[in-house]
Amino acid sequence: MSAATAGEGIGASVARREDRRFLLGKGRYTDDIVLPDQTWAVFVRSPHAHAAIRSIDAARALAAPGVLAVLTGAEVAADDLGGIPCGWQITNKDGSKMVEPPHPALAQGKVRHAGDPVAMVIAEGRAQAKEAAKLVDVDYEPLPAVAHLRDAASPGAAQVWDEAPGNVCFDWHLGDAGPVDAAFAAADRVVAIDVVNNRIVPNAIEPRAANGHFDPVDDRYTLYTTSQNPHLTRLLLGAFTLKVPEHKLRVVAPDVGGGFGSKIFHYAEELLVLWASRRVGRPVKWTAERSESFLSDAHGRDHLSHAELALDAGGKFLALRVSTLANLGAYLSTFAPAIPTYLYATLLSGPYAIPAIYAEVKAIFTHTVPVDAVRGAGRPEASYLLERLVDKAALAIGADRVDLRRRNFIRPDQFPYQTAVALQYDTGDYEATLDLALAAIDHAGLAERKAASQARGKLRGFGISTYLEACGIAPSALVGALGARAGLYEAATVRVHPTGSVTVFTGSHSHGQGHETTFAQLVAEQLGVPLASVEVVHGDTDRIPFGMGTYGSRSAAVGGSAIVKAMDKIVEKGKKVAAHLLEASVADVEFADGKFRVAGTDREKTFGEVAFAAYVPHNYPIETVEPGLEDSAFYDPKNFTFPAGCHAVEVEIDPETGVVEVVDVAIADDVGTVINPMIVDGQAHGGLAHGIGQALYEECVYDATGQLLSGSFMSYCMPRAADLPMFRVGNHATPCTHNPTGIKGVGEVGAIGVPPAVINAVLDALAPLGVADIEMPATPEKVWRAMAAAGAASAPPRPSAGGAA
Amino acid sequence: MATIALTVNERAHVVDVEPRTLLVELLRERLRLTGTHVGCDTSQCGACTVWVDGRSVKSCTMLAVEAEGAAVTTIEGLAEPAAPGGSARLHPMQAAFNACHGLQCGFCTPGMVMSATELVRRNPRPTEGDVRHWLEGNLCRCTGYHNIVRAVLEAAAAMSAGQGPGASDIGQGPGAGGAA
Repeated sequence: MSAATAGEGIGASVARREDRRFLLGKGRYTDDIVLPDQTWAVFVRSPHAHAAIRSIDAARALAAPGVLAVLTGAEVAADDLGGIPCGWQITNKDGSKMVEPPHPALAQGKVRHAGDPVAMVIAEGRAQAKEAAKLVDVDYEPLPAVAHLRDAASPGAAQVWDEAPGNVCFDWHLGDAGPVDAAFAAADRVVAIDVVNNRIVPNAIEPRAANGHFDPVDDRYTLYTTSQNPHLTRLLLGAFTLKVPEHKLRVVAPDVGGGFGSKIFHYAEELLVLWASRRVGRPVKWTAERSESFLSDAHGRDHLSHAELALDAGGKFLALRVSTLANLGAYLSTFAPAIPTYLYATLLSGPYAIPAIYAEVKAIFTHTVPVDAVRGAGRPEASYLLERLVDKAALAIGADRVDLRRRNFIRPDQFPYQTAVALQYDTGDYEATLDLALAAIDHAGLAERKAASQARGKLRGFGISTYLEACGIAPSALVGALGARAGLYEAATVRVHPTGSVTVFTGSHSHGQGHETTFAQLVAEQLGVPLASVEVVHGDTDRIPFGMGTYGSRSAAVGGSAIVKAMDKIVEKGKKVAAHLLEASVADVEFADGKFRVAGTDREKTFGEVAFAAYVPHNYPIETVEPGLEDSAFYDPKNFTFPAGCHAVEVEIDPETGVVEVVDVAIADDVGTVINPMIVDGQAHGGLAHGIGQALYEECVYDATGQLLSGSFMSYCMPRAADLPMFRVGNHATPCTHNPTGIKGVGEVGAIGVPPAVINAVLDALAPLGVADIEMPATPEKVWRAMAAAGAASAPPRPSAGGAA
Repeated sequence: MATIALTVNERAHVVDVEPRTLLVELLRERLRLTGTHVGCDTSQCGACTVWVDGRSVKSCTMLAVEAEGAAVTTIEGLAEPAAPGGSARLHPMQAAFNACHGLQCGFCTPGMVMSATELVRRNPRPTEGDVRHWLEGNLCRCTGYHNIVRAVLEAAAAMSAGQGPGASDIGQGPGAGGAA
């Protein structure tokens, strides 16, 4: 690192550069944008979970003040708008393909979940559109509906799609059943568990919004949208839904107020505001109200699983068998089929050496909002199942929970490690993070703290999870073979300006991750340019050539690698220019600390001098070196990255009320190389809150007929400041071996690692009462009922060795 | 339509509003002060928090006509205004949010800052527990609150240490308490 960039490169906790505009109230979010001649759209959404639409009468709405148009499925069909496509195709056990029903932008004849959009009202003002929407008369014929997984998968259930008998979208498996069956037959112990992974609502605090503008002068569409990946939205709009060539489409995702997965997907509203703008001849804007977000943002999780673990007499894991039902909702969202398959079952080995694993997943349609990726996306479901099961196994065989994990960890000398479920881990050190977390939470002092809690009338519990996840999504050839319909590489352009400042154009999108700071730190580190001379541009398809966006903790690992690769090209070219200026051979020119130098001499040119010479030289070898200093790169990861770690939690439970208080959280993550420790810690904090939210507070509840009961922040419990403690975050890096930075990714680790640790802690606290199981979220009511039920069953003592399998 | 007169960030406005217009709609849509955000429709998230006559208020729960004669301060009015050609000087609370990484996506941030500043005005040396309980009306999905709490504590310490004109001045207008 050069003097100019001391304290600004990789490893520096630089304060974020993007903060100032947010702190001054000058952020620019989609709903902040008002275009000249702006109009407003409000959607009429189905109140029924399942109904036939007999008729739609828009006459009263059209006559209301300020109304410009009312558009329905009939107009969508007449204008040949495409349905929302699904980006991933799963192959069934029998070799056939998954059922892929249509997903029209506005309902065609039937609605299939409460909130399904039926009509769109466009008016001069937001309030006028909202009032007129109430005047659209839709005549529904309610039909039987099914919302819950078990019901939907039962014989005789209401059918979501005629083409999906039994509501099965796909029936898929991974792994080899033969060796698994043999291992179970030979096992000394078998431990089984049933777990529910509760459905959650992503709830970025900024509701989704879209503002579409068709300009008839140049026949061009511009969309401002709350998206995590504007280029993918443009691709899907161009090729599938709006059906307009991409050079006529600009998609801008300006400041975006959090995503957590929910803003990855291409949603109907994005298409509809553009289309409506063409029809009414003015820009059309829609912003979701929160209750509308609950009914229209893709939800997450919603799994029911049964799992069995085979162990030998020494507690070594021999085999794992998993059977999962996954709720997909009524339609296939963009990434939906990949979540309960390739982002779930592939992670079932966790950090453990499990020689044989077989997983089967049946994905089920229900009359609910589509389910897709939410922070962690498949990996929290895997870690929750595995870490609950390992705790249960420890209890069953009378082993210590920590020791059993140690006994089964993949050892550092076993890397690269090929799991039984398709992935090959490149590196890791699971005992190191385990030891760090145990030390941080003072595991040795647990008994004392338990006694102290007991003296205060509280039940104290300790829980851990030693999780592993896969991110840096994704090696394109691998995911292509697995059913992805697009490669998942990332693009970057690095433009060095004539006076040596730098603009980075990245296909990643920052909606809280801090790329404007961390990506600039990458530049400072590699090019020796001060941070103040670097600008990072993202979120606009007119400015950035291409990108695949931000999700799956991929930005630093994949997007950052693309930037590094582009900078490598810049340095190579800079060496040629410097060689010319220094009258040396290119092979003799070195680049370090922001200077090009002839090796072994003091003859050097600064980065700025070389940039200037590249653009405006008096004397330039134009026959051999192209002027200018700008380059682009695409980076396709060679493998996933594998962050892992240990999350340790202590809870205190009030036996009178069942209230669970998280009193301590100490985690140690291996997220590979860290660019900015402060930002990385912040990502972990947010994920922890999300994960603790899922474990203790958050639950998306549908009644049996498909009505959403938890449809606002009044009824859906979001974690608040007073619900959480300070988090202690430790780090032990084993750098990723296959990308240029060693970065693995951190955005999701909290949401993946902590839920099982919380529940394991709750069960540890309740074990003396004989409570052996509890489902997420462990609300006071559930805890109280579990305690009461155990008490009614005359509280057996805590199961001893061999007692609970 | 009703005609109301109010002051927003020390600037006087006389505006015609429909009686049903919410204060946040007046601020965002009429006055184009888009730093105040809307994150829910049940007054739970607190992203719309502003000061009305020095008290923090969720501007989605108040009608614009109720602000007749009031002095409203939004996030845009918190920093010390820039001299021509210069840049605004952050209020100590804003500076602490930056220093402590108390914001990620920035959407809840204006409400958090406006709420937290009132806490410190009322309670110049809050404990961690005080901060967590005070902020129960403000939701954040990004930070896990950890660094928000740190920021508020740090700002309170800075303001009490006399690095600014004093926490008690908050609410008197733009830049109050902002000389740190």
